[in-house]
Amino acid sequence: MLPYSGSVSLVSSFLFPPLQFVPPPNRSDWLCVVTPSVRRVTRSSDWSKSRRFPTGLAHSPAEDSLKMAASLRCFLRSGKKAVSALGQREFHRSAPAAAQVTVRDALNQAMDEELERDERVFLLGEEVAQYDGAYKVSRGLWKKYGDKRIIDTPISEMGFAGIAVGAAMAGLRPICEFMTFNFSMQAIDQVINSAAKTCYMSAGLQAVPIVFRGPNGASAGVAAQHSQCFAAWYAHCPGLKVVSPWNSEDAKGLLKSSIRDDNPVVFLENELLYGVPFEMSEEAQSKDFTIPIGKAKVERAGSHITLVSHSRYVGHCLDAAAVLAKEGIECEVINLRTIRPMDVESIEASVMKTNHLVTVEGGWPQFGVGAEICARIMEGSAFNYLDSPVTRVTGVDIPMPYAKILEDHSLPQIKDIIFSLHNLVLIIVRNGNYSFVFAEFLICPYLAATKPNLH
Amino acid sequence: MCFSQTPEKKRWQQRWFCRYCRQRRRRAAPEGQRLTEGRICAVQGLCWASLGKMLTNISNVLRACAQRNGAAAVVSARTYADFTNEATFEIKKCDTFKLDEGPATQVVMTRDEGLQYYRTMQTMRRMELKADQLYKQKIIRGFCHLYDGQEACAVGIEAAINLSDHLITAYRAHGYTYTRGGTVKKIMAELTGRRGGIAKGKGGSMHMYCKHFYGGNGIVGAQVPLGAGVALACKYQGNSELCVCLYGDGAANQGQIFETYNMAALWKLPVIFICENNGYGMGTSVERAAASTDYFKRGEFIPGVRVDGMDVLCVREASRFAADYCRSGKGPILMELQTYRYHGHSMSDPGVSYRTREEIQEVRSKSDPISMLKDRMLSNNMASVEELKEIDVEVRKEIEDAAQFATTDPEPPLEDLCNHIFHNNPPLEVRGTNPWSKLKSVS
Repeated sequence: MLPYSGSVSLVSSFLFPPLQFVPPPNRSDWLCVVTPSVRRVTRSSDWSKSRRFPTGLAHSPAEDSLKMAASLRCFLRSGKKAVSALGQREFHRSAPAAAQVTVRDALNQAMDEELERDERVFLLGEEVAQYDGAYKVSRGLWKKYGDKRIIDTPISEMGFAGIAVGAAMAGLRPICEFMTFNFSMQAIDQVINSAAKTCYMSAGLQAVPIVFRGPNGASAGVAAQHSQCFAAWYAHCPGLKVVSPWNSEDAKGLLKSSIRDDNPVVFLENELLYGVPFEMSEEAQSKDFTIPIGKAKVERAGSHITLVSHSRYVGHCLDAAAVLAKEGIECEVINLRTIRPMDVESIEASVMKTNHLVTVEGGWPQFGVGAEICARIMEGSAFNYLDSPVTRVTGVDIPMPYAKILEDHSLPQIKDIIFSLHNLVLIIVRNGNYSFVFAEFLICPYLAATKPNLH
Repeated sequence: MCFSQTPEKKRWQQRWFCRYCRQRRRRAAPEGQRLTEGRICAVQGLCWASLGKMLTNISNVLRACAQRNGAAAVVSARTYADFTNEATFEIKKCDTFKLDEGPATQVVMTRDEGLQYYRTMQTMRRMELKADQLYKQKIIRGFCHLYDGQEACAVGIEAAINLSDHLITAYRAHGYTYTRGGTVKKIMAELTGRRGGIAKGKGGSMHMYCKHFYGGNGIVGAQVPLGAGVALACKYQGNSELCVCLYGDGAANQGQIFETYNMAALWKLPVIFICENNGYGMGTSVERAAASTDYFKRGEFIPGVRVDGMDVLCVREASRFAADYCRSGKGPILMELQTYRYHGHSMSDPGVSYRTREEIQEVRSKSDPISMLKDRMLSNNMASVEELKEIDVEVRKEIEDAAQFATTDPEPPLEDLCNHIFHNNPPLEVRGTNPWSKLKSVS
């Protein structure tokens, strides 16, 4: 039943009354797991290192599971709205004088502040000026700064991306907006060959301080040609920095850092997040708030499993973590923030703590961000701490369909993240007794409850 | 001029210095030895260049005093060796498109200018031929696109603009790297991939950079939007600089060029688009590649000029005209330089499968830019054969020295492998070919 045996995860609380366990097919492997104190140094060595067994709260599991199933059903049925509703839930900690700021407003603030701070910064792209931005991200900027600094371009991506790169070479600091990153494919030669490689080819003589920004990845109902995720494409190339913010704080801090950076930065936003409000602390609202490029953030601390994600799916991970927390599985959620250079150290530190890793992204699986994380973890020191292979939760390997039901099922949902745990065997501690349950049994109520209603 | 002082000699340096320009020179014997450039007269204590300068100054003053109108007057001043200082030349009329008047057809060239153009073109020619030689010896590898035959374009353009203006071109860039301020030594060392190269050996033939020169671009046509962007920066910053943006007849069919024409004209960017039409886009002649071979008309809403690109004065005059047009804020202008390359597209192309040797020979004998300039100068008594030969010898020596440097300079150190990925960045670690090799990268 299991593709491998002997991998376990520890659960902290009373969950169910001790279940009749079904022994794994390979009885000998299972036997090697059964020691009162489980100690682990390497995967293949004997299990002699003791583990902490954190205790959790006791509560009625059955009632909770029903409630959870119902709420999960609600999430998945209401789709986008649910995500935004979740955005306001209590696990986003609030600070004094914090404000609810949408990602759109955060980006607007960041650009406004940088335009004011440095004369050389200017914005160009389609519909950024008089239309106030195709997604209203640059609202009000043209009225404030005028034609010289907010430039509407004709529909010539390759042309205006090249012009932006040329202006950067000559000493300005352009922000080049692509209406979506799908259109950046028209201009990808300018981004890679003219912007990314120039500093290296000129041995540092010629810098290109430019930011390419725009919405990336799937939107709602825009079909195949407008829904591709370019994180993996751009992150492949040396000479570029690729940044993918999630919430308002990320958006503002990272955009400011990107504009102040003397190198080409690809700033991948997400259209579905534009209207989502997030708490922004007082500090984050200040004019000099920047987030360093290349550092990930642990959004939620946990000890049982690590979920790594970027952009919109960080929200999904946090929701899945909330669901699993009710079962006592504490997930650590890492928001990558920067795809290139990737903060592998944070992921490794987390894996060394939790021993399990799941990567979540919206892009296609082949040669994607998750694939890179898997390879890096495998090559690094954290490999010895893994108790199970890394799971990648990705978009389905198809061009994006249009029909809502097909679209919903071609992107990772919360249930997919929960499902990624299904291979694991959990040790349940109760009164010093150990019981084993396949996680599949634990989470299948959530998965069953969310079966689509096919009319 | 009644000086009869001996030239100043600083005893402790054992050298002779000219009294006017204070340059170190070799001493010519008081009698009998001809005073040529690089020597100092033992009697007058002045060197060749200084004599010329002094006489030019005197003649300028005299000219300013005299009533003079337009370019019709020809003033000749006698130098020590009895050369004409300045002459007027009649050049070919340029075809224009959407322009009321074109560049002037009567141009004035001074002796100094002529010598400078000659020296520069000869240096470029020798440099390219040397690169050919080194490539055949496998000391230069990869791509090597040679510019011989087209020297008049680079020299003429540079004569019309300032070093504070900007220039960007495609991969046939060795000539422009030189005119924009790169030295032959650094260019050749870059071709051979040594640490003394202009890009420390990391760029190669197609990626040479210096101040206000943005390469050297390998992707055909990609440099044109970049050039317009540089012009946008010039306009944004309000300096009266312009950008000269060059591309070939093959690149003229690229879509991004038309996108750039549109935006440059829309925003009135100070950019001169120059199409160097050498008749062949790699191996495809212009008739086989373009529905319209009037490249100067391709701008449609941008005025254009078609120029004889083998005549350095024609190119210079047209570039001056274009630069004035741009600087007056009228927006972009297009120039087509009709020129020719003697070598094939690159060193891997013999250049004879799509054109005949006779054609190459004909152009070489009838329209070679260096020969044309030489004939002009000699026939107008602006220089002597020996003088030009001396320049040839000096140029040859310079190229030899540069080639020597380029072959003996060590290659870049391995520590440099991962450097310069980013600019102004804290040091970072770069993955090597295997997971255990972690290489250091500094900006």
